[in-house]
Amino acid sequence: LSQQTNTLNSELFTLTYGALVTQLCKDYENDEEVNKQLDKMGYNIGVRLIEDFLARSSVGRCHDFRETADVIAKVAFKMYLGITPSVTNWSPAGDEFSLILESNPLVDFVELPDNHSGLVYSNLLCGVLRGALEMVQMAVDVKFAQDTLRGDNVTEIRMKFIKRIEENLPAGEE
Amino acid sequence: MADNIFFEFLHMEMVDYVYKMDVSREEHEQVKMNAISTLENMGFRVGQGLIERFTKDTPSFKDDLDVMKFLCKDFWVNVFRKQIDNLRTNHQGTYVLQDSKFSLLTQFSNRKQYLLEAPRYLAYTCGMVRGALSNLGVDSIVTAEVSLMPACKFQVVIQRS
Repeated sequence: LSQQTNTLNSELFTLTYGALVTQLCKDYENDEEVNKQLDKMGYNIGVRLIEDFLARSSVGRCHDFRETADVIAKVAFKMYLGITPSVTNWSPAGDEFSLILESNPLVDFVELPDNHSGLVYSNLLCGVLRGALEMVQMAVDVKFAQDTLRGDNVTEIRMKFIKRIEENLPAGEE
Repeated sequence: MADNIFFEFLHMEMVDYVYKMDVSREEHEQVKMNAISTLENMGFRVGQGLIERFTKDTPSFKDDLDVMKFLCKDFWVNVFRKQIDNLRTNHQGTYVLQDSKFSLLTQFSNRKQYLLEAPRYLAYTCGMVRGALSNLGVDSIVTAEVSLMPACKFQVVIQRS
């Protein structure tokens, strides 16, 4: 049954994501709203993706945030996006780090139009990470610190550990 | 190699979003039509884009059947990692493409339970097929039906101007 290889088609992914962002920009007046929607959709994806991840990777429970960071960069990103960001810029307290993406499959061939300077094009990824980690009892804050689409040299995602979530309490929003 | 499941979840989320947006704007029956056509149109542009990227070296096709075979083999493999399982035609411009395990339906339970909702998860792909064919010089109307998930059939009716 699982003989069919189901490998990522990054062109399809990129074009579909682009179509989605375009539609969101049509539906919402401003970039902030689009960013929020992308985050929300990402969250919904993240809470399901983590189940797939836990079922298919042989990764056990992470003991600390550093381990979590490594798993995210070296296993999860590789498994779902075919890239391995590097983990850098740890805060002294060890509760915050950056993922540096040399390339980002979501943005191949994409150019931001002039009137969308506030758009965080790949914001879906922040939601995915947030949703996925919430399901393993970690509340995190995720945002883009740098974005090649906006002229920066690299794409940098900043992740901050907020707190451990008690099990059996209802999770965040729908 | 990276897995396609992220895309499958993205697709589901996209469909749910388009449906939610339409619900907040239109009356019930109209909702279904608008959401389907929004998704179909999104797929159309993407289908055109996909074909552009990978037919640069392909020689031109001798007839519609040739185009359809290309769609069933090369295109379907490129996009869905497998070929169409069965192609039928009445030799009068109608083609039925059968995919016994359609990639975008495998996340749903293999039961009749979600049958009513299945069409909304096929609209985007119908658009992709129509868009791909359009760039290959073929105008068509593409519809899909599911009787038992995850198998589905795409019907392509070639339009002559």
